[in-house]
Amino acid sequence: MLLNDTRYRSLTLQAIAAILLALSLGYIVSNLLANLAAQDLNISFEFLGSPAGYDINQTLIDYTSQSSNMRAAVVGIINTLLVAFLACITATVFGVIAGVLRLSNNWLVAKLMSFYVEIFRNIPVLIWILIIYTIMTAVMPGARSYLGDDPDIDLLGGLFAFTNRGVYIPAPFFTSGIGGEEGSVINWLIVIAALFGSLFATRFMTARANKIQEDTGVRPNTLFINLAIWLVPLVVLAFILGLSWDIPDPLANRFNLRGGIQIGAPLIALWFALSIYTGAFIAENVRAGIQAVSKGQTEAASALGLRPNRTMSLVVLPQALRVIIPPLISQYLNITKNSSLAIAVGYADITATLGGITLNQTGRAIECVLLLMLFYLTISLLISAVMNVYNNAMKLKER
Amino acid sequence: MSDSQGHSVAFVRTETIPQSAAPLTAAGPVKWMRDNLFATPANSLLTVAALYVVYLILSATLPWLLNGVWNAGSLAECREILQGTSGACFAVLTERWPQLIFGFKYPSTEYWRPVVAFLLMFVAMAPVLFFDLPRKLLIVTGLFPFVAFWLIWGGTIWVPIFALVGVIVGYLVYARFVAKSFAIGFFGGIAAAMVVWYITGFILPYVTPEEPFLTAVPSRDLGGYMLNMMLGVTCVSLSVPLGIALALGRQSSMPLIKWICVIFIEFIRGVPLITLLFVASVMLAYFFPPDQTVDLFLRVVIMITMFSAAYIAEVIRGGLAALPKGQYEAADSLGLDYSQAMRLIILPQALKISIPGIVNVAVGLFKDTTLVSVISMFDIVGMIRGPILASTDWNGVYWELFLFACAVFFVVCYGISQYSQWLERRLATDHR
Repeated sequence: MLLNDTRYRSLTLQAIAAILLALSLGYIVSNLLANLAAQDLNISFEFLGSPAGYDINQTLIDYTSQSSNMRAAVVGIINTLLVAFLACITATVFGVIAGVLRLSNNWLVAKLMSFYVEIFRNIPVLIWILIIYTIMTAVMPGARSYLGDDPDIDLLGGLFAFTNRGVYIPAPFFTSGIGGEEGSVINWLIVIAALFGSLFATRFMTARANKIQEDTGVRPNTLFINLAIWLVPLVVLAFILGLSWDIPDPLANRFNLRGGIQIGAPLIALWFALSIYTGAFIAENVRAGIQAVSKGQTEAASALGLRPNRTMSLVVLPQALRVIIPPLISQYLNITKNSSLAIAVGYADITATLGGITLNQTGRAIECVLLLMLFYLTISLLISAVMNVYNNAMKLKER
Repeated sequence: MSDSQGHSVAFVRTETIPQSAAPLTAAGPVKWMRDNLFATPANSLLTVAALYVVYLILSATLPWLLNGVWNAGSLAECREILQGTSGACFAVLTERWPQLIFGFKYPSTEYWRPVVAFLLMFVAMAPVLFFDLPRKLLIVTGLFPFVAFWLIWGGTIWVPIFALVGVIVGYLVYARFVAKSFAIGFFGGIAAAMVVWYITGFILPYVTPEEPFLTAVPSRDLGGYMLNMMLGVTCVSLSVPLGIALALGRQSSMPLIKWICVIFIEFIRGVPLITLLFVASVMLAYFFPPDQTVDLFLRVVIMITMFSAAYIAEVIRGGLAALPKGQYEAADSLGLDYSQAMRLIILPQALKISIPGIVNVAVGLFKDTTLVSVISMFDIVGMIRGPILASTDWNGVYWELFLFACAVFFVVCYGISQYSQWLERRLATDHR
């Protein structure tokens, strides 16, 4: 029998598996076609070109209800990436602080941090999102409290307003840049280019300092020159482009604050909830990473005469980071995937636009869900690729 | 000098004095506080800041918690009783307790059924979780799915009985043929069970009574925390065997099987659970035969099981990879075939290494069952956001309800992770 002959067993089993797979796929596809025919439907992506017909309150690109479903999906993608990006940064900050403090020799602080980690890890993120959304909408004062000549509440520092519709912050704009008063994206690109220039310049300065240290044994002080490299171009650009701030104005309108950037309550709820929830997980990764560096390493560094801060930056951190970064990146992936919970608080991410309103209005369930999955798959494959590159670069090079 | 030893000298003690207590600053609570709270000035500052944070949290929550009202008919009544003082309105929990636990459609005369199933669950889970208990209890574990199904959904008792008969026949066939070859026993068992279920499907209409002993409850009437529990328990227990199969498939030397498993695992892990729930709610119906309607609960169970199976497969793959190659070679040199080597040597060790990871996935999955509220199933979050907060009586009672939801999830998830730590210590066979 084919199954008992070791020469053919593998091939036979695979043939059986292939037949079973083909049969079940065929069954599913034939059911799908029969169902579609019964409901007089077809698979087509034409709906992407037709007007979406709904408004989105928080967009980074131009969008009206007359824009196409495709554009609504792009708005959703940008919003997903925006909240994921913001949450990754703050979650890392929370996680690193909590993880390091959990190892503190201060008993009270260590216990407080374990409390934070246990509480947040053991309660669903959806509940956290809803709780923070409720704080934002039910506890914060209405925009009217800030309005008028004699408001109930003054703007914080004259700049920030926390209302139940979101937080208002000053918006920077350029008065004498390219495009004049209207402003143009090019101005921001110039600023970003300047920041990149500063980054490369500081890296060059550090490399030079390293070389001098190798040659002479004395490390030149790079702190002030690096600070100057970061700050001077920004200050100069601010003068040239005429940086100015659009501050939320309580007097312009009787019903709402005008001016500034409004960060909607859903975005804040999602951002903050994802940050503190994932921060608790990152704290555990950071703690594990630091504990993974054996004590002998620290002792060896002291024996070589390194001071404690040099020990940390040259010996402990590089080894701890090797352990911390892979799980950290998968936490970033989790943030991106969990940002799909936006639909629970009405933040217009890709799940809420393409998978929510567009799906319900057009009835194109299969197409919408497939596109949605394609988007998330692409993102996670990209992040996995980054992780593989990192892991290969960081692999212990053994001789 | 030697003759002076005979008589006493004033400055030499003849007896030892009793030990005096350590100085106050070098022992006891003072030393502990010095070491752990006020070691350095910076540390003291941190302690003061932490104490202030603790004070802020307690001063905001304690009066609210302790002053809680447990008996009132509505939020307005609650406020009347409190008369402006800070206090929680826990009356919403007492009044809406059945809704929070069982959902708002489950017939109230039948609440005892899920409660009995819940209590039975502990008996059924005990022998799986604690090995010291008598092995005979495993019979309860084996019967539990059928009994729980009958208790919760009700209807004719013949459905679970026929299902059970199918499983027993399948097992007998498996036991008969497993000595010959694991594959024949396994697939033969499945085929036998299928045949039994197919045949009893024809018998069922004739034996179904008009008035079943337990009234049938449709799946859409399930809700509340019960729904979270049911989804969590069902999906975790189904996804562990599926995850093992996927992990072994991914390690397989047969390229076709390996690639099917890799694509399945990476696809599922790459998309958020919400999109899979969308598939369950709007898309999966297209994949079943046109004349057949599949219950939403079952569709959600299928998708969540696939989701957690992919994650469990990755955990178990880690366990398999962590085993030394010598274990595989030892199994080969003993002349064991693939299934024997896996069952007797590889999997017991690999699963032991994977326990913490599997428990993490289980906790994550249990938390993720709240996501079904997004596709309008009324689990505990769905109940809170929907019927309870929308009712005129309790519109605005956010914190008490959210606190309750947090508490029930925290208790279960923290309990599971503590169990996992105990199990790790228990299973540790290495020397320390």
